Amino acid sequence: MNNVLEYMESTAPRLPDKVAFADDDCRLTFGQVYRRARGTGTALSAKGYYREPVVVYMHKSPDMVNAFFGVVYAGCFYVPIDEEMPAHRIGLIFNTLKPRAVICDAKTVDAAKALGQGEVMLFTDICDTPEDTEALATIRKHALDVDPIYIVFTSGSTGVPKGVVACHRSVIDYIETLSEALGFNEDTVFGNQTPLYFDACLKELYPTLKFGATTYLVPKKLFMFPVKLVEYLNEKRINTVCWVVSALTMISAFGTFDTVKPEYLRTVAFGSEVFPIKQFNMWRQALPEASFTNLYGPTEATGMCCYYHVDREFGPGDVIPIGGPFRNTEILLLKEDNTLAADGETGEICVRGTSVTLGYYNNPEKTSEAFVQNPLNTAYPEIIYRTGDLARRNAFGELEFISRKDYQIKHMGHRIELGEIEAVVNLEEGIKSACCIFDDAAKKIVLYYVGDTDNVSLGKVLRGKLPRYMLPHAVIRLDSMPFTPNGKIDRKLLKERWISNGGTP
Amino acid sequence: MEELLNILKDIHADVDYDTCTTLIDDGILDSFDIISIITEVSSEFDVQIPANEIVPENFNSAAALWKLIEKLLDE
Repeated sequence: MNNVLEYMESTAPRLPDKVAFADDDCRLTFGQVYRRARGTGTALSAKGYYREPVVVYMHKSPDMVNAFFGVVYAGCFYVPIDEEMPAHRIGLIFNTLKPRAVICDAKTVDAAKALGQGEVMLFTDICDTPEDTEALATIRKHALDVDPIYIVFTSGSTGVPKGVVACHRSVIDYIETLSEALGFNEDTVFGNQTPLYFDACLKELYPTLKFGATTYLVPKKLFMFPVKLVEYLNEKRINTVCWVVSALTMISAFGTFDTVKPEYLRTVAFGSEVFPIKQFNMWRQALPEASFTNLYGPTEATGMCCYYHVDREFGPGDVIPIGGPFRNTEILLLKEDNTLAADGETGEICVRGTSVTLGYYNNPEKTSEAFVQNPLNTAYPEIIYRTGDLARRNAFGELEFISRKDYQIKHMGHRIELGEIEAVVNLEEGIKSACCIFDDAAKKIVLYYVGDTDNVSLGKVLRGKLPRYMLPHAVIRLDSMPFTPNGKIDRKLLKERWISNGGTP
Repeated sequence: MEELLNILKDIHADVDYDTCTTLIDDGILDSFDIISIITEVSSEFDVQIPANEIVPENFNSAAALWKLIEKLLDE
C-alpha cells in the first residue's frame, strides 16, 4: 500500500451505502465520497493542476472532507484553511503557498475571491464531474508514497505561520499504528471535535476510510453546552472520541454526569494538554467500562507519536504519562550535549521514524532548525525531528511530559507561539514593545504592551489579525517594560507579578 | 447586574452587552469564554450554575444570564 486513497478504494465497493461522514446538514456515504472525490480529482487534473498545493477553504462539513480526497486524486496536496481565520493571517499563508487553485463553498467564496490569488472554484461545481478513469490511473501510476498529501499551518514565532508538509507514507504509518493501539474497527462511530485545518482530524478521517467506520462532525457550538453535547453523543451512538482535554473537562466540570452520561462511549483518547486528575477521575467513574488513552505528538511527526493506555489509578498531584511511541516510531530523549538522557534525567523529545514529516513548506531555514541529522548517527543521512518538548522517563519506564523549551503554549488544544502574538502587536502603529505570558493555571494569555493606544482599540485590531484562539484574555498597558540585565524583556518578572497578584493586572 | 457586566467586559471589552442578544448565535462567545464566565459568576455571586442551565438561551445576552443568576440566588 502506498497511497491513502487505497483505503477508500477497498471500502467504497464493499459498503457503498453506509454513511461515512455526516453532520447536521449533510450525510455522505462511502459510495458518494468515492464518486465525488474522483470527480473532483478529474476536474482539477483537467484544469492542469498537478503536484502542487490546492487550498481547501470551506466551512467544516462532510463536503470539506470529500474535497481533501479529491485533491489527492489529482496528484496534488490539500491545504485546509480555517474559515474563521482573519484575512490577514490567510494572506500570510497564501504568500508562503502561492496557490494556483482554491476550492471553496458558498459561505467562503466571497472571502476567497477577495484574497485575489489562484483560481477560485466552488466544490459543488466540480465534484460531480464525470470521472476520467484513464487520467486518474495515470496520476496514480506516477504517485510515490513520499509525495505530499497535505500541508497544515501551525503558529510561527516570527509572526508567519509555518506549513508542515506530510507524505502518504507517514499518514499510512500513523493510521495503521494508531488503529492498532486504539482498536478501531467497522463498528467504530467517531464523534469528531478537532478542526479540519489541523492534523488532529487524521485520527477520524482515515480510519473511517480504512475500516468503513462512521464519523460525525460534532457541531462546534455544542462544545459550549455540556448536556446538549452528551445528548448528541447518545443520539448518534458515538462510541469513540479523540478530543482535546478542554472539550472533555467542559463536560465533567459542571456536574453533567449527574444529569446525563454518554451511553455508548467506550474509547476515549485525549491529548494536547494535561488532564487535571480530578476531572479525569470523574470521567473514569462515569464510564467504568471505557478505555482511556493519553496521546502525545507534534504536527511535525504526523499527528500523534506516543500513547499511554491508562492502566492504574491516578491521585491528586500525579501526572498521566505520555507513555511510549507507536510501533515503528522511536523517541530519543536528548540532553543539551546531544547524548541520551538516562532514566529520570530530563531530555528533549526527538522523533525518529517514518512519522517524521517532510519539513516546512518554502521555509528551508526553519526546517533545518528542527529537522536535523540524528546526532547519534554519523554514518549516513538520517533526519529526526526535535520537538522542543522536555520529558523524562518515570519509574515505570514511561515518558512524562515536563514543559516546553521555548514560548510555545497549548491553549484549548491549539498550539500557539507567544512570539507570533507579540510580532503582530509590534506591527501596530504606536506600539513600542509587547510581551505575552501564559498563566498556566487559569489558562489565560496575558499581553503587556508599551505604547500610545488603548486596550479596547488594540483588542479590536488583534481580533482582525489573529485567529480567535490566539487572542489575549487580558491586555495590560505598562509605562515601561521590565528588562533583564541582558537587555531582554523580563518575562519571568511579568509572569511572577501576574501570578502574585492572583491573576489580575 | 453591574458586577455581571464587569465580568463580561473583562472577557471582551469591545462587545456592547447592553444591546447584544446573539452572543452565542453570532459566535461572539466561545467555549473558553463560557467556562470563564461560569467560573467568575460562581465566585462573584456564590452560585453554582448547574449543567442543565448551561444552554444557549441563558448565554445569548447579559440580561438572560442575569435572570438566571437571580433565579439561582432565589433558590
